[in-house]
Amino acid sequence: MGTFAFKMPDIGEGVVEGEVVEWLVALGDNVKEDDPILSVMTDKATVEIPSPVDGKVTKVIGEAGDILPVGVVCIEFEVDGDGNASASEAPPAPQAEPEPKAEPAPEPKAEPVAKAEPAPAPAAAPVARAAGTKALASPAVRQRARQANIHLDHVAGSGPAGRISHADLDAHIAGGARGATDSRPMGSTPRTELNGTEEIKVIGLRRKIAEGMIASYSTIPHFSYFEEVDVTALEELRQHLNATRPEGAPKLTYLPFIMQALVKALEERPECNALYDDDSNVVTRHQAINLGIATQTDRGLFVPVVQHVEAMDIWQSATEMTRVTSATRDGKATAEDLSGSTFTITSLGRLGGLGATPIINKPEVGILGVHNAKDRAVVRNGNVVIRRIMNLSSSWDHRVVDGHDGASLVQLVKGYLEHPATIFM
Amino acid sequence: MQTKKCQVLVIGAGPGGYVAAIRAGQLGLSTIIVEGEKAGGTCLIRGCIPSKALIHAAHQFHKLAKHAEKDGHMGISIPGPAELNMANLVNWKEGIVNRLNKGVEHLLKTAGAELVTGWAVFQDAKTVKVGEGKDATIIQAEHVILANGSIPIELPFMPYNEHVISSREALSLEQLPEHVAIVGGGYIGLELGITFRMLGSKVTVVEAMDSVLPIFDKEIRRPLEISIKKQKITTHLGVFAKGVEPTKDGRAQLNFIDKNESDESKMQNIVVDKVLVTVGRKPNSVSLEPTGVALDERGFVKVNERCETNMRGVYAIGDVCDSGEMLAHVASFQGEMVAEIIAGHKRAYDPVAVPAIVFTEPEIVSVGLSPEEAKAAGHPVIIGKFPLGANGRALTQEAEKTAGFVRVCAREDDHRILGIQGVGTHISELVGEWTLALEMGALLEDIAGTIHAHPTMTEMTHEAVLATLGHAIHTV
Repeated sequence: MGTFAFKMPDIGEGVVEGEVVEWLVALGDNVKEDDPILSVMTDKATVEIPSPVDGKVTKVIGEAGDILPVGVVCIEFEVDGDGNASASEAPPAPQAEPEPKAEPAPEPKAEPVAKAEPAPAPAAAPVARAAGTKALASPAVRQRARQANIHLDHVAGSGPAGRISHADLDAHIAGGARGATDSRPMGSTPRTELNGTEEIKVIGLRRKIAEGMIASYSTIPHFSYFEEVDVTALEELRQHLNATRPEGAPKLTYLPFIMQALVKALEERPECNALYDDDSNVVTRHQAINLGIATQTDRGLFVPVVQHVEAMDIWQSATEMTRVTSATRDGKATAEDLSGSTFTITSLGRLGGLGATPIINKPEVGILGVHNAKDRAVVRNGNVVIRRIMNLSSSWDHRVVDGHDGASLVQLVKGYLEHPATIFM
Repeated sequence: MQTKKCQVLVIGAGPGGYVAAIRAGQLGLSTIIVEGEKAGGTCLIRGCIPSKALIHAAHQFHKLAKHAEKDGHMGISIPGPAELNMANLVNWKEGIVNRLNKGVEHLLKTAGAELVTGWAVFQDAKTVKVGEGKDATIIQAEHVILANGSIPIELPFMPYNEHVISSREALSLEQLPEHVAIVGGGYIGLELGITFRMLGSKVTVVEAMDSVLPIFDKEIRRPLEISIKKQKITTHLGVFAKGVEPTKDGRAQLNFIDKNESDESKMQNIVVDKVLVTVGRKPNSVSLEPTGVALDERGFVKVNERCETNMRGVYAIGDVCDSGEMLAHVASFQGEMVAEIIAGHKRAYDPVAVPAIVFTEPEIVSVGLSPEEAKAAGHPVIIGKFPLGANGRALTQEAEKTAGFVRVCAREDDHRILGIQGVGTHISELVGEWTLALEMGALLEDIAGTIHAHPTMTEMTHEAVLATLGHAIHTV
């Protein structure tokens, strides 16, 4: 009998840690090799990790919500034979949730407890107190204040030594509401001021998204560029293709056309189909055009990837896009489906809007936002005519993509989309 | 093997755990509490309650001895000396413990909390296994409250055995030892040492620090130190215990040496029947390893002001956590609080004052800051004292004999009370008012303006406050 210590495996390109979603085995369970043992979420996807051996679980590290770095021992098995017990170095304790201790703001030095007037102090203004002393209040008053999310340092106490009574707390709470009441014009409907709050922990996918956005927006100087595209001809072609599509072929939306147009445009502007490693200052231009498709799911934003669009026709790109986005919405996307993009398309669909400033999916250097097509009155040859217009928004990493280059790419895409036959030439 | 699921799982039915479970049950949460021994924990089974029972009995025995002297005492004489039957005393104590144990079990049941007996073995932070084989129960919980408590620290060079005992064994001795050595002159050692002395043992205290009860200031310690001397308890201060050797006649030789002495030939020793080691307690957190909760370097579970650990939905309260003193009443407060937090209430552990009592003879009580601590914290301080010797009620129950006093410390500018300490026979019962005063943010004038019942020892609190204000009535 030996102990087999299993380390958190490398679960995808560039993944350094995963958040435990669920342990699928418990201590004492007998597992077979390849049985799923652990479900972890990375910034790319939720993946199930299979057991590396046949054996009995003797130790699991971490529980749902904990971050396990790649390479740390996460489970141990009792196995026949020798195992690999040497790998069993003590695992680092799971990271504690950061719990910033709310330090009260340094209190202003003041005359020893000035007699506080019962008049309500302006909200959030600390009340002067003798240095080193805390607000004086009974446990019941403290509990009421906590329940109402009021910091007693902001409440003026009318009692001796500035002691805060229930009445002081009432006055403090009423203080804010009274101001609002006074400014109300005659005859307006009274509205109640609501002070409740709800704390929602930023964990799991939401934390991953937050970290990704910060990494992108805090290092990449974005510039955004907008253009409108006349898709009247494209719409005609799309309708025709959909009406005559081969059996089993998917219905075409605008996106497959945009993907195909992007393939042509990016081939002409390879500086836009690149990944910028800003640690080593290297831009890697890719021949493969792997398009990330920003996808909203019940769990939050994911970017599944259609790989090698340059090798696909319009039908294949439509089929593959549908596959990866549905898999993502259903939570069945693999790590591969969710990594490897070289450029990203974000489409708000029915929430189209006029324009947006998309945030680049770092380390990519550009992102294209697609807005919904609408019939609009436009001027052609001196006449106002109705054309179908779609707006495109784009953002670029200005460190490595110049304004001219980004704008040129969008103009190329516009050209292809306005003359859709050229997409297929 | 059966599996149970619950919303709240409490590990350990001591004063933290059982209170948490009762409160969780009251709040309508499905609650299971797991305890390996009897419900009640260290406090009820082998700590606070049994030691107070023995202390009370020791006082009783000690008083009777006075009445047996020639001409008796207070006009009361008894014809011969009282006799002690240690086994019966321990039985009497067990009776009290059992009553309280049954009471706790009944309260748990009434509140709807299920008590599962057995040692909880963690599978992960939210799953425990109790028992073995087909009788085993797996309990899965949404929230877990760790109330594992603490255990006596064992000195590696003198492990517990027949001669070397911890407080736990000291409370259940079937025979009174003729001579007891106490290693560690903290509150547990002194409480038990004085008890054994009053019951008739010879007692020797061996302490590494330069005083007994070093956590209290010199002024407060003084009456106790004098009383210890009067009771003929020998103290060796500033020495390290070095080990215990059995003697030929079946007793134990305790070796100790001056802490600054490196020459082993200067080793001293005493031959005793029992060596009681009371060098402190440590968190009982070894079994928590599978949970992944973060411990500090001393083994305490790290928690925030809501007693939350680093694991979501896992809380730790009482002696096992790093928040608050290792005291039963802290654990109970935290237990109640955590149950309410789980039920969605907004609570936090932010007491102004945590009372601490040492049940020696005389007793020592402290709430809030001592004058030294208050000065160190930068407060402008005024102090007032009142002696038991000037209190009528104290005299009528001979409480003044140990020369105790009440001491009040307040801020000079706004008169808020910062701390109250006392030392003296029967003084522990005064602590309720002191703690309430601090929690309510009382000023000296609040206590001065409160009528204190006569004749009671609580009048001393009033008088000590008046003394702080500079106008005590019954002292000069």
